[in-house]
Amino acid sequence: MLQMVWLIPALPLLGFVLLLLVGPRLGEPNSGRLATLMAASSFGVTVAMFFALLNREPEEREYVKTLFTWIPAGNLTVDFGFLADPLSITMALFVTGIGTLIHLYAIGYMHGDPKFSKFFLYLNLFVFSMLMLVLGSNMLVTFLGWEGVGTCSYFLISFWHTRDSAATAGKKAFVTNRVGDWGFMVAMFFTFQALGNLDYLHLKENAHSLSNTTAAAIALFLFIGAAGKSAQLPLYIWLPDAMEGPTPVSALIHAATMVTAGVFLMTRAASVLHVVPEIGTVIAIVGALTALFAATVAVAQNDIKKVLAYSTISQLGYMFLAVGSGAYVAAIFHMVTHAFFKALMFLGSGSVIHGMHNEQDMRRMGMLRKLMPVTAITFIIGWLAIAGVPPFSGFWSKDEILLGAWGKSPVLWAVGLVTALLTAYYMTRQVIMVFFGDARWESHAEEHGAHGDFKPHESPWIMLAPLVVLAGLAAVGGGLNLPFTHGTKLLEQWLEPVVGEFEHHSSVTAGGKFGLAIAATVASLIGIAVAYSIYEKKRRPAIEPEILARGWRYDEVISSFMGGPGRKLFEVTALADAKVVDGLVNKIGNDTQDIGNIIRKIQTGYVRQYAAGIGIGAVLLLVWFVSRGVL
Amino acid sequence: MLLASEAVASPFPLLTALVLLPLVGACVVAALPRRRPEITRLVGLLFTVGTGALSIYLLAKFRAGEAGYQFESKHEWIPSWGAGWHVGIDGISLFMVVLSGILFPLALVAVKPHHNEKAYYAWLLVLEAGVIGSFVSLDLLLFFLFFEVVLVPMYFLIGGWGYDKRIYAATKFFVFTVAGSALMLVAMVATAALYNKEYGRYTFDLVELTTGGSLPYRSARLLFLAFAVAFAVKVPLVPFHTWLPDAHTQAPTAGSVILAGVMLKLGTYGLIRFGIELFPEASHHYRHGLMVLAVIGIIYGAICATMQTDLKRLVAYSSVAHLGFIVLGTFALTTTSGNGAVLQMVNHGVSTGALFLMVGMIYERRHTRQISELTGLQKVAPIFAGAFTLVMLSSIGVPGLNGFVGEFLILLGSFRTARWYVVVATVGVILAALYLLWAYQCVFHGEPDEANKTFPELKLSEGLVLLPFAVLIVVCGIYPKPMLDRIEPSMTRILQRVEAEVPNFVNPDSADATEGEGH
Repeated sequence: MLQMVWLIPALPLLGFVLLLLVGPRLGEPNSGRLATLMAASSFGVTVAMFFALLNREPEEREYVKTLFTWIPAGNLTVDFGFLADPLSITMALFVTGIGTLIHLYAIGYMHGDPKFSKFFLYLNLFVFSMLMLVLGSNMLVTFLGWEGVGTCSYFLISFWHTRDSAATAGKKAFVTNRVGDWGFMVAMFFTFQALGNLDYLHLKENAHSLSNTTAAAIALFLFIGAAGKSAQLPLYIWLPDAMEGPTPVSALIHAATMVTAGVFLMTRAASVLHVVPEIGTVIAIVGALTALFAATVAVAQNDIKKVLAYSTISQLGYMFLAVGSGAYVAAIFHMVTHAFFKALMFLGSGSVIHGMHNEQDMRRMGMLRKLMPVTAITFIIGWLAIAGVPPFSGFWSKDEILLGAWGKSPVLWAVGLVTALLTAYYMTRQVIMVFFGDARWESHAEEHGAHGDFKPHESPWIMLAPLVVLAGLAAVGGGLNLPFTHGTKLLEQWLEPVVGEFEHHSSVTAGGKFGLAIAATVASLIGIAVAYSIYEKKRRPAIEPEILARGWRYDEVISSFMGGPGRKLFEVTALADAKVVDGLVNKIGNDTQDIGNIIRKIQTGYVRQYAAGIGIGAVLLLVWFVSRGVL
Repeated sequence: MLLASEAVASPFPLLTALVLLPLVGACVVAALPRRRPEITRLVGLLFTVGTGALSIYLLAKFRAGEAGYQFESKHEWIPSWGAGWHVGIDGISLFMVVLSGILFPLALVAVKPHHNEKAYYAWLLVLEAGVIGSFVSLDLLLFFLFFEVVLVPMYFLIGGWGYDKRIYAATKFFVFTVAGSALMLVAMVATAALYNKEYGRYTFDLVELTTGGSLPYRSARLLFLAFAVAFAVKVPLVPFHTWLPDAHTQAPTAGSVILAGVMLKLGTYGLIRFGIELFPEASHHYRHGLMVLAVIGIIYGAICATMQTDLKRLVAYSSVAHLGFIVLGTFALTTTSGNGAVLQMVNHGVSTGALFLMVGMIYERRHTRQISELTGLQKVAPIFAGAFTLVMLSSIGVPGLNGFVGEFLILLGSFRTARWYVVVATVGVILAALYLLWAYQCVFHGEPDEANKTFPELKLSEGLVLLPFAVLIVVCGIYPKPMLDRIEPSMTRILQRVEAEVPNFVNPDSADATEGEGH
């Protein structure tokens, strides 16, 4: 059964190839249906793989399927192979599962777009790449998927490429990710030099034999790669801009799947991090700072998608905080629940944007729950989940992370707690601005051109059905890993063969854990209460300082450096090439020509001049060689 | 007259035929009436396709897993000097020959010259003979002959069918290369003379020179430098590169394709064949100097590329960066990086060749190559844009496509002997994305203006020319194993020469391999 694992990525690849060949002819909505079918079949195969794996003894839940030798050279062979183990199948399950829902949603969302079939072509290619990333049996196959998802992300962010901002955002995402890819590549070089192999299973077994320096180098460079892909400080800048892409893309790529690839990669490298816990500390600090930083920015955003984008960066920071603290199960747990509720909220925001005729400014929304009841209710469930209100899924996974952080350092825990408060605050703000309060869209109705009777409307069922499913998952997803007894920690048991030996187990007592959970819940409730009094009751003025709205001006500083001194440096180099290097060449050429003009008086033509040049030069050189005693 | 050679001569002198076929073609074309351009085109095409088919036949008949030269044939030429018509190919030159065999018919069929067709096709065929001759020569003088022959048709192609500054560019190209090869000629003569002094007979035969015994290191190092300069100009390595952007920009499209696809490889191929193989100790001695230039080229070429306003110049500078990777892989002196370097020669030929073709198609339509004058082409010509995207991603080095495999092997292999060079060189991978995506955004994204609104979509005939490129880009990216199986034994053999001559040098790949066998 498990030997069919290659089918998981092969099906979306088939979808891509079919759409490439006949996509435009299939048109709308059949090309979308085809793509959805491929994603759904891939999900079906993944479920089958899951049960096949489950039927094995826990220690035998590792299966490598090699298709062919990809790159043989010297004593290196990198196989084109897949690794089916609890980690990869967990990832594949939610990638294909949520992927299918988002495909379905996109059939409705992209309705009427002239490039309808092109969109699904990219979407299938993305799912294929993402599955290569998580199922690869070695770092290089993962890297293939890694760059593949980056490329698809580029295509999809700049999908509406006639818009300049979309084209620029796509390019920015690709180039920034490449900075991370540099780290990933260097990490592979270190690994290969030390172990002679890039296979994950080999790495897992032999990581303990690595010297501290090498292990640190591998972990650190891998983390650079992870920080690029998963939008961590200082490389996060591409993700807010990536919201230029169609909203299903934001949900699939820039919330649920691709951006979590960095967390996945670091979990794969848990054995290396185990050798050098110092690098774990670095990762935890970067994660915590990113979580806090992005949360502060989210509180002052007015674009419905920008809030969610910064929120995603912040939640990814949580996951890295967990990875750095050695709480790998918590990281994966939060990755899964986050995929549920963040995909839900992105799709919900897409439904709102759709219903509001492409309006994204929350200041022009309000009271939409009356007109978009399904969207509103599902979004509210997502809000409760991310805000950490028990018993919704986010509460459980965030709690696990905070517990892990406490084990690493109370300071990190405190940062995580403040972030939790801010998260509850800005999400409450968003829910109120969009779905409650006054209906501010009426006063702006005339701006929407011909729609004299502009009225937001609920989305079609094909968009709402995925919302309902995701809302269900966001509500009960916590059940994957309830902390009560060993028996309820399903995910922990499941992942035990992969990360068990590297997991840092918390020494906090049951009572202590309860206390931490209470603290987190109280923080969430405070956040909700403050936002409620500001935005619903309007008892206090809004706290939206300019500096936060502009993201602490970090992006601006980078941009002005790139556009200023950075560009200047490039210009000077190119100018030097034209004026100095080539200038010198031309000067020599001209001088020779001057001499040539003298010689020409003796000679008759150019060709002979060259011949003479060669002859004289050769003789002179021969003389020189002889005089040096070479001959 | 056949020498009683110990080398196993193939029953039919395939390689000789491969060199002569385009030459005969050139003569036939030259003899055709001037008034019938379509016939000259057809004859030219026939001969290049025939040569291409023959090169594919060679590929099929080539015995994988063997390190030495195959299809050897050897005839006397100037016996008293020890110079002969000695041709043969190993796994390295094999792919150079096949690459030439494939690129020439494609370049020929892709573009029609606007005047004097007869001379154009004749020169193109002479060029093909010269290029293939260079790759199959196993005799120093013979190689030099072909290496120089190549210049003449290229000079006339640029000068005769190029753009406004063609004479300047052609002359610059010619003078640069001749200056370099003058040095090489001297070094060749000196090599034969030195060999005579040591071993008592004159020979220009590469196989004899490399198997007969080594030259004194001090002299060999000087000779290596002379060869290296000649090849560095050809590659080109910074700071000898400034002829390249001019030549590329001014050359007609077919000229650019051949120049980038095949002729630059004469430099990198030469560095392996007449650098490392002929002077192993000296190559090892000067490896750092060459790797420094290579890494400078990678970064410098990429930075200059980002600042170009002419699409063709941008691609030309990207070549400087890509060729830097190849030289880095060559002089890192590991099997892995060397394999990657040879693979990258082919990959660069394919992807840059395709880029030049497409830039040529843009010029045919819009009569400009200025990036600022082109915009929004993806909206009016989505298939054209899609094809360009594929080639661009291959050039950027996205895994799954051909460009990545070579680049990755180069970096991975070089990391073992030249770690910090690689850490810097890998930055070039970021920059490659920067300049190509920037250009792509300017040219293809956005709303098309008046001038670009009527940009015609990719024609079927153009698509058919690009199809082989696309197939190679994808196939070589996913299944490069057959190529590597043929390259590797030859690369290992050449590096064994370095191991034999340099006591403390170990090719990390071969060392581990024996260790692996011991298990």
